[in-house]
Amino acid sequence: MNPYAALFRMRFIRGLSYRASAIVGVATQFFFGLVFIMVFQAFARSGGSSLAPAQIASYVWLQQAFLALIMVWYRDRELLSTIAAGDAAYELCRPVDAYFFWYSRLLGGRLAGAALRCLPILAVAALLPDPYRLCPPPSVAAGLCFVACMALGLLLIVAITIFAYILTVVTLSPSAPFIFITPVYEFAAGMIIPLPFMPEALQQFLRVLPFRLCVDLPLRMYSGSIAAADAPGFLALQALWVAILLPLGRLTLNRAIRGAQSVGG
Amino acid sequence: MRLLLRYLRIVARGQLRYRSTFYLNLFGQIALPLSALAGVSLLFARFGNLAGWTAHEALLCYGVTNCAFALSELMARGFDSFSSILSNGEFDRVLVRPRSLVSQVLGARLDLSRFGRLVVGFVVLGWAVSGLSVEWSFLKAVTVFLMVACGALLFAGIFVLGAAFAFVTTDGLELINVFTDGGREMAQYPMTIYERPMRFIFTYLIPFACVNYLPLMFVLDKGSSPFAVLFPLIGALFVVPCLAVWKAGVRRYVSTGS
Repeated sequence: MNPYAALFRMRFIRGLSYRASAIVGVATQFFFGLVFIMVFQAFARSGGSSLAPAQIASYVWLQQAFLALIMVWYRDRELLSTIAAGDAAYELCRPVDAYFFWYSRLLGGRLAGAALRCLPILAVAALLPDPYRLCPPPSVAAGLCFVACMALGLLLIVAITIFAYILTVVTLSPSAPFIFITPVYEFAAGMIIPLPFMPEALQQFLRVLPFRLCVDLPLRMYSGSIAAADAPGFLALQALWVAILLPLGRLTLNRAIRGAQSVGG
Repeated sequence: MRLLLRYLRIVARGQLRYRSTFYLNLFGQIALPLSALAGVSLLFARFGNLAGWTAHEALLCYGVTNCAFALSELMARGFDSFSSILSNGEFDRVLVRPRSLVSQVLGARLDLSRFGRLVVGFVVLGWAVSGLSVEWSFLKAVTVFLMVACGALLFAGIFVLGAAFAFVTTDGLELINVFTDGGREMAQYPMTIYERPMRFIFTYLIPFACVNYLPLMFVLDKGSSPFAVLFPLIGALFVVPCLAVWKAGVRRYVSTGS
């Protein structure tokens, strides 16, 4: 098996073993989901909402269910501490490409987190009474586009967050990059409030940034708030961002490694 | 109390030693609630009101809750991360010292960067108060003050309760986050927007309504008598049974060894 796939599989299985914490996580997310839906729907009832109540519910439930795939503050603590402590030097001796090695590791960790959590949340959400129920997508096309946008969005968020790890190679401070990127991403991607609730000018600005392609796009694709007919254009845009960020990240990492000095031994 | 101040001084000196780390964490503690606040203010800009509450009225609720939570997190972190104090044997050392257990646990994990959320909370409070058109009185000012102070005690009560569970599980009971972080998220908005079961839990099981919604009705002249000034005190009483449960845990405590 090729080393990247092997590492991906390893992290995936590792992640699956944290069952107890996943159950607690699910309960917490479920509660947060309910609160968010009630708050947004209460606002929306005051008038002029571009999202229907059912669309708000599906937005929030998908956000909670796939949190591990779309949040920016998912951290591989082990990897971060290896980098900060200098043990990453061993990894660099391996005959593999460090960038893709880390990339598959992060990808596997995220997928495992989502695999454990998404099903219970989705199942319960689908059984709730009406304004809170997670409805099926309006068409098969919308459902398929949701899956495609989610998949590319995942590739994109990993390509974005890996820069935080690269930065750690230089600064040796594992928390600093996340402290800066988290509030920006949370807001710009639509994690705090859905983009359609923002003023038009701000929405236009946020559409230029890649962040909303990871959250806002797939979640609204599901409920039909973004038409499935527009999906090809968005998918191309996501692919473009990934195609830019992957080589850029690889280049930056290789630069950073060359400049790094291993401390002690 | 004197002990606690002493802890605070030591911690301040210690954490300020690592200046850049401290400022970094402080930045994080300010930026996160700030981006959430940006979201809320955009919602008000878009929709104008929340279930009949104007932006400033609802922001008063938001500010009070965030101040209370921040105060509680600043002081009661020791109980929040009590499972780590238990599992690394630190609690055994606490027990042999001839000082109050509660203040020692409080002092063990003071985190000054939590001032960040407190600052944001006070800014929101100021913003809300300046925009409100209600007639202020001494009694109302006292009520708002009590809401923050008693709200902090209520949050502390939940932290303590979570710590009490740690005696049983050693590994902390993260489920308590539903009531701390989740309670904060929920209590930021007027209770009327929630469904009945949720309101029931957060009024009778954990008396959040006593420290924000009910006294707010009085402050904002939405009905409710001046006796509402006493409601926060009822909410604060929540900490008493929580401490009792925790102390019962202490009595039955058997060290984890290490």
